[in-house]
Amino acid sequence: MSDNLTLPAQQGPTDASTETLLEVQGLTKHFPIYGGFPIKRKVGAVQAVDGVDLTVGVGESVGLVGESGCGKSTTGRLITRLLEPTAGKINYMGQDITHASRRQLAPVRSEIQMIFQDPYSSLNPRQTVGSIIKSPMEVNGIEPEGGQEKKVRELLELVGLNPEHYNRFPHEFSGGQRQRIGVARALALNPKLIVADEPVSALDVSIQAQVVNLLQKVQQELGIAFLFIAHDLAIVRHFSQRVAVMYLGKVVEVGDRDSIYNRPRHPYTHALLSAVPEVAVDDEAGDKERIRLYGDVPSPISPPSGCRFRTRCWKAQDKCASEEPPLLQLSGNRDGHLTACHFPEDPTTEARAEDVVLDPALKALEKDTADDTESKPAKD
Amino acid sequence: MTTLTKTEDAPAPTGPESFLSVRDLRVQFSTEDGIVKAVDGLSFDVERGKTLGIVGESGSGKSVTNLSILGLHNPRTSSVDGEILLDGQELVTATDKELEQLRGNKMAMIFQDPLTALSPYYTVGRQLSEPFMKHRGASKKEAKDRAIQMLEKVGIPQPKVRFDDYPHQFSGGMRQRAMIAMALMCDPDLLIADEPTTALDVTVQAQILDLLKDLQQEFGSAIIFITHDLGVISNMADDLLVMYAGRAVERGSVKEVLRTPQHPYTWGLLSSMPRLDGDIHEMLTPIPGSPPSLLTPPPGCRFHPRCAFKDEVAGTLCSDTRPPLADGRAAACHLTAEQKQTIFIDKIQPRLR
Repeated sequence: MSDNLTLPAQQGPTDASTETLLEVQGLTKHFPIYGGFPIKRKVGAVQAVDGVDLTVGVGESVGLVGESGCGKSTTGRLITRLLEPTAGKINYMGQDITHASRRQLAPVRSEIQMIFQDPYSSLNPRQTVGSIIKSPMEVNGIEPEGGQEKKVRELLELVGLNPEHYNRFPHEFSGGQRQRIGVARALALNPKLIVADEPVSALDVSIQAQVVNLLQKVQQELGIAFLFIAHDLAIVRHFSQRVAVMYLGKVVEVGDRDSIYNRPRHPYTHALLSAVPEVAVDDEAGDKERIRLYGDVPSPISPPSGCRFRTRCWKAQDKCASEEPPLLQLSGNRDGHLTACHFPEDPTTEARAEDVVLDPALKALEKDTADDTESKPAKD
Repeated sequence: MTTLTKTEDAPAPTGPESFLSVRDLRVQFSTEDGIVKAVDGLSFDVERGKTLGIVGESGSGKSVTNLSILGLHNPRTSSVDGEILLDGQELVTATDKELEQLRGNKMAMIFQDPLTALSPYYTVGRQLSEPFMKHRGASKKEAKDRAIQMLEKVGIPQPKVRFDDYPHQFSGGMRQRAMIAMALMCDPDLLIADEPTTALDVTVQAQILDLLKDLQQEFGSAIIFITHDLGVISNMADDLLVMYAGRAVERGSVKEVLRTPQHPYTWGLLSSMPRLDGDIHEMLTPIPGSPPSLLTPPPGCRFHPRCAFKDEVAGTLCSDTRPPLADGRAAACHLTAEQKQTIFIDKIQPRLR
């Protein structure tokens, strides 16, 4: 597909917001590995995040999806500056916070809050709910109108908890309710950006929807921008206006929700979408493409050269190993829909003439059954 | 729309086709806080070569049920009552020795987390060979050949080399493949898969699910597939059992249950899940509240405190009478068949589009 014109373009926020809140360029985090005896030396690095570009507009919700180990959580932690980036740039409202000191960060920290995955380990079991939600205000010396306690009660009500439960401890609440406490804590400082790291994946199906609805309400009513990190593609689609797909520390495709879910170009996005198990309510379920990759994600300690997906890709050629594909806007794609691939797929998720099955065991088994049905047609 | 009327007194399907039949199973654990009724009067059948999906939230008793089929509950802390018939053999009263003969041979299990289910101390090959040598009386060499053949079948590259590897040398997806190979070593008639893909990534999950489906066609085992993911179940199972708080609330073929669900809990589950092709402007409809504690479960229908339609039932039927679950396609709910149909068509179906 060499006729694909590519345009160097910036990813930008969707029409919903025009102003950029957070801009990340070439963000990199390598965790060093030490080994050797008696003197430990650096023997390698886990390249968790390797050159991620991302923008989040004011009041926009951006989804970050990928499999485990692709660096999506590390990206979230770098943006909240819980980790120190190895390289790259983080720009928050025109201010470079990449290597900002504790003091410089103080005002920014109150505007970027985080919601954690596990509602059991992210709340201090020895503090009451009231003091958990109050402590961000105490740390920042904020005295809201009517006092901190009134604000806490308002927040508890906002997230759907009884304000009377102010003096209870986290263990008295269920998982879904604890996650609501986490949301209330994140809202205590009126943040502009919330990084939500797998906020619902630890919850039961019937509770997930409650928390997703709450986050959506918060996002829309308070106009808070979200970076929504999750591995569940259906929930990300439901929540985010723009979606970035990560693979082994890199963003392989980014674009508005409709482009990513209905007109994906990167083979990995195709494979990911095709792998999502869906409840077949209609008989039309058969018109989705079927792609079965083989094996697991390679180790980020020594990622493949060139395009990192090439080892599992059915379109890989020599060029993929030697040259790293840049994140570009392919011709025919909407503005802001960028793909990092030398040989992109057609922008459709409909079933292809032939399924892509890379798994040798699956291939062999399916060939057997196909042969069986051909050789002995319908026994009874 | 299929008609939802069904004679409530259909004869019990205890024909020769039901290979595993569970009748009125009750599992209780005594704890410091009291007695936990983890499973409370559960009945179901699995046909030979078919897949039964059991879906439910955590704590609904899905795993407990299957551990009692395998006889893996500690008799000192738990009590198992009822009847479990595997191919005519009673399992609840079976001795340890009898169960030992069956486990890994006639029935096998695939666990959720392969890293904790495989022993870190022995090589994968040795763990695969052991049940084959024990149950089939095979020699070491025969067992090794069989193990290598099975490893190849489940798609492990270089099975001859990997035979001598330890579990930690395998990646997550490969470990689950090895677990499947281990379960299939003795060609079991019943395979219990307890959330076999929950710990895996989506692309790996898709591989494993397809692999299980294809292997079932080849080996003809009956599978009990436990999961909380309705999407996974709709691809895997023939029949479906929905569990809530230790009881079955709905049963039927996968198509029937997912397309024309009859129980308010199933409605709630389906409409609280976002879909890849759903309307993005539509809010999700969660089930209010949270699952009950099994120490003091609500009387009557266990779902009634969270049910949005309990007002449609006259009197206090929901809160004091346990709704029966008829055999065959059925839902344990006091709503009449007409009510279920109108509510589903008017209120639930539009949300699922």
